Amino acid sequence: MAINDLFRQPIRAINVGLEAFRESLASQGAEVVQVDWRPPLSGFVALTRTASGIDIDAANAEALGRIIRGRPLLVGMGLARRVVPGMGARMILHAGPPITWERMCGPQRGAVMGAIVYEGWADTYEGAAEMAASGAIAFEPCHHHHTVGPMAGIVSPSMPVFVIRNETFGNTSFATQNEGLGRVLRYGAYGDDVLAHLRWMRDDLYPALRRTIAKTGPIDLRSLTAQALHMGDEGHNRNRAATSLLIRQLAPALLRTSTKRVAESVLRFIDSNDHFYLNLSMAAAKSMLEPAEGIEGSSLVTVMARNGTDFGIRVAALPAQWFTAPAPIVDGMWLPGFSASDANPDIGDSSITETAGIGGFAMAASPAIVRFVGGTAKLALNVTREMAEITAGRHEAFTIPALDFQGTPLGIDVRKVMLSGVLPLINTGIAHKDPGIGMVGAGLVRAPRACFEQAFAALRALCE
Amino acid sequence: MICKTRVRRGEYFDSVTLLQIAQDMLRLPGVADAAVVMGTPANKGILTNAELLEPASDTATPDDLILTVRAESADQAEAALDHAETELRASGTRQDGDDAPEVRPRTVAAAAKRFDQANLTLISVAGHFAADVAVEALESGTHVFLFSDNVPLADEIRLKTLAREKGLLVMGPDAGTAIVNGVALGFANAVPHSPPAPGGVGIVAASGTGLQAVTCELARRGVGITQAIGTGGRDLSAAVGGMMMVDSLKALQIDPDTRVIILISKPPAKEVAEHVLESALASHKPCVICFLGARQKDIATPGVIPAATLELAAAIAAEVALGGDPEGVRKSLKKRNKDLRSQAYKLRATLGEGQRYFRGLFSGGTFCYETQVILHRMLPGDRIYSNAPVNHDDRLSDASVSLGHTAVDLGEDEFTQGRLHPMLDPTLRNRRIAQEARDPETAIIYLDVVLGYGVHPDPAGSAAEAIREAQGLLAVEGRTVVFIAHVCGTNEDPQNLKVQEARLRDVGVVVLPTNAAATRLAGYLLQRIDETYGNQ
Repeated sequence: MAINDLFRQPIRAINVGLEAFRESLASQGAEVVQVDWRPPLSGFVALTRTASGIDIDAANAEALGRIIRGRPLLVGMGLARRVVPGMGARMILHAGPPITWERMCGPQRGAVMGAIVYEGWADTYEGAAEMAASGAIAFEPCHHHHTVGPMAGIVSPSMPVFVIRNETFGNTSFATQNEGLGRVLRYGAYGDDVLAHLRWMRDDLYPALRRTIAKTGPIDLRSLTAQALHMGDEGHNRNRAATSLLIRQLAPALLRTSTKRVAESVLRFIDSNDHFYLNLSMAAAKSMLEPAEGIEGSSLVTVMARNGTDFGIRVAALPAQWFTAPAPIVDGMWLPGFSASDANPDIGDSSITETAGIGGFAMAASPAIVRFVGGTAKLALNVTREMAEITAGRHEAFTIPALDFQGTPLGIDVRKVMLSGVLPLINTGIAHKDPGIGMVGAGLVRAPRACFEQAFAALRALCE
Repeated sequence: MICKTRVRRGEYFDSVTLLQIAQDMLRLPGVADAAVVMGTPANKGILTNAELLEPASDTATPDDLILTVRAESADQAEAALDHAETELRASGTRQDGDDAPEVRPRTVAAAAKRFDQANLTLISVAGHFAADVAVEALESGTHVFLFSDNVPLADEIRLKTLAREKGLLVMGPDAGTAIVNGVALGFANAVPHSPPAPGGVGIVAASGTGLQAVTCELARRGVGITQAIGTGGRDLSAAVGGMMMVDSLKALQIDPDTRVIILISKPPAKEVAEHVLESALASHKPCVICFLGARQKDIATPGVIPAATLELAAAIAAEVALGGDPEGVRKSLKKRNKDLRSQAYKLRATLGEGQRYFRGLFSGGTFCYETQVILHRMLPGDRIYSNAPVNHDDRLSDASVSLGHTAVDLGEDEFTQGRLHPMLDPTLRNRRIAQEARDPETAIIYLDVVLGYGVHPDPAGSAAEAIREAQGLLAVEGRTVVFIAHVCGTNEDPQNLKVQEARLRDVGVVVLPTNAAATRLAGYLLQRIDETYGNQ
């Protein structure tokens, strides 16, 4: 725009700073938008190029392109010890960044104890706790094994997992079957009832689903998620539409490959569990994000994950590093009989959905969810718009009808988080802080700023 | 504790709405626990655990809605259930969705994306963040009005270089005012715009108050402006090289509405001055140059019109724009000065022995500078002390205490650290009025009063009150001081020029229309005093 062009146009102003200037312009009839500006997070400087000469925007464009082109397909199932790479014989995978038994939160400990008894490594839960403390078990993050787990995120060797292959890039991701609501391992509940359910999932549900998927052939999860976003899901805290769509795809093959009794129990179980699709939504997100890991110079976030003690993020350019901070408490709505004092800090790998541009980032697609923040349908639109401030672009496949089919904000840029002070918003469930109790509520939480400040400092070091 | 339950058959609500309604019930008096859930087995399990499951709930199917509450009394329980049912009805008919406030964008880039064809960004955030915000604005393709001060020089050069590449304007840093397409930015006055107003004067100024003074004087003469662009005070330094003044000048030269151009600055670096003059000569459009304090012969190049004061620059430009003769303007100002000289004779008589010094208390930096330039010319042997001196040797060691003739700029950093600019908050100047009045050597207390958008709502009234108090002090000592002021503003300004001038005249202040005129009156008076005492 040349200076003379300005002389011929009505003033359309952006005001950053003193509100009085906005008022003055508006009173003179000029159109003006006020920026809700805050100082950048501490340590921010403009970063455009790494010391080795890589243009960060170009690297991010490449990363974004890979995430968008990724096509996650549900291709099969298997037991974790057989299919998950690097799964040790006495290993338990957990949600979030690395953690020791000593620092593990209540629900994650409860789930570990349940898993040890489930595996038959100990007979009692006390014995399981002793074993966990003794160092006899290797604890590793799911994310170190191409795997994601909701809440406690516990995966032990004989648990069945879904196998998701990214058709475009050939990488494979894994997730367990969702257990449903009530007393379940992922919320730290353990006990004979919990284990009986897990055994049913291993012995009845898993074989039936495995046979079914072998019959249907690969199921396109990106397409399924995209459809569900048009049906009121956001892919993290609401999976009712996607679960329903999945049943529709599975049912005929299930009926042909299982007895009527088994088929009925499988369909009943999935129907009773609106979150059945969550684990697939997460594994699909993981599958799409992995090809961006290791792109030199890219400042996009590839993982956000919590273990109930720490919140950790990983960045494309620094694929081996975790940047962690204490996990925050979720601001939520409480189930009857519970309150904030019962809540465990934020937990689970499910924030991989936000990292992949759905969940909280797709809030505008899910007006039903927005009451969690006590707001209106308009607020859902605003949350998605706000997240667009910190992303490198938008997903081409995941679109939102209420925003005229705009794509969901995708590719959290650490630099933009630092500059704007806008922290990623996550839509999540809340676990009881004590093992064995379960879900106490659901709500919204922001990723801690310290994760981004540390990640930024590491990126900055690459540029100096 | 009393438990009460209602079941509504075949009613479906999403669980989040229900959670919220239960949450609301918990805030009601006497309510200990509450649940509003669909009657699924899982939810019944939750009710059992919370000891809220009653026989009535047990009959509910997954298609039924259960409302249940535990409260201190039956009445409170029923009231809570009534409340929940009201909320349920309301939840289906909420109309406030579209009225929820739009979230404001958090960055300029986001604002520019959302606000189609934004063309200007105003920035007034703290100085060390301002450059990054300005880069974002330029990258988004908008011109920039950078009000923030304390922006490092290196950043200013970087911003203006980038702006030049993109054909954009960076007004500032430390730009106090501008008027673009008739819209006032920052501290500007309500002045007529051309077209439709006659005239068509375009202004580029490296001085905020200089720009205000010239636009107000043009307004007083009924002449409209096209554009008034502030470049920030450092634009004409050797380091910045006058980038924005030259670019703006070129834009005004080809702007069809602009008939005359005025350039305003303190004396630029020599090579910059040459570059600006060269650019001014590149077009036949008349160009009035007011480089305050520069030797007029340095500017007197055929093709440009030099003006020593802001007042003269405005008067000449107005005359040229209306097709008149600029020489006539110089003559009429000379005659006006003669009148001021006789007025000074009369004022001399009101001063007592020992009252010999000028005390100028300025809110506008350019007025402070112009006054020093004029007084130096009128009182060749005298020193004029200042915290922003024209002559380096005349710097006040302590800006809060006057010495001899003093012209103090109360808008300088030492006075504005942690407090508002004197145009917004006159407290400091009002105190200083009393301080100067107490000094038996003070002859003249001199004020500039600046009106316009964004400044104090009644600056003259505030000053008048301080003056009245000072006169009280003086009366006790049997002295008087001559108060001289000028008001920079227009009758269309929110404060109204006429009203403001009258406030000052009411307390005996001699009010003149321009800073140059007011300073001349002071100068003539000081010349009379010097005749008594001899030059220092």
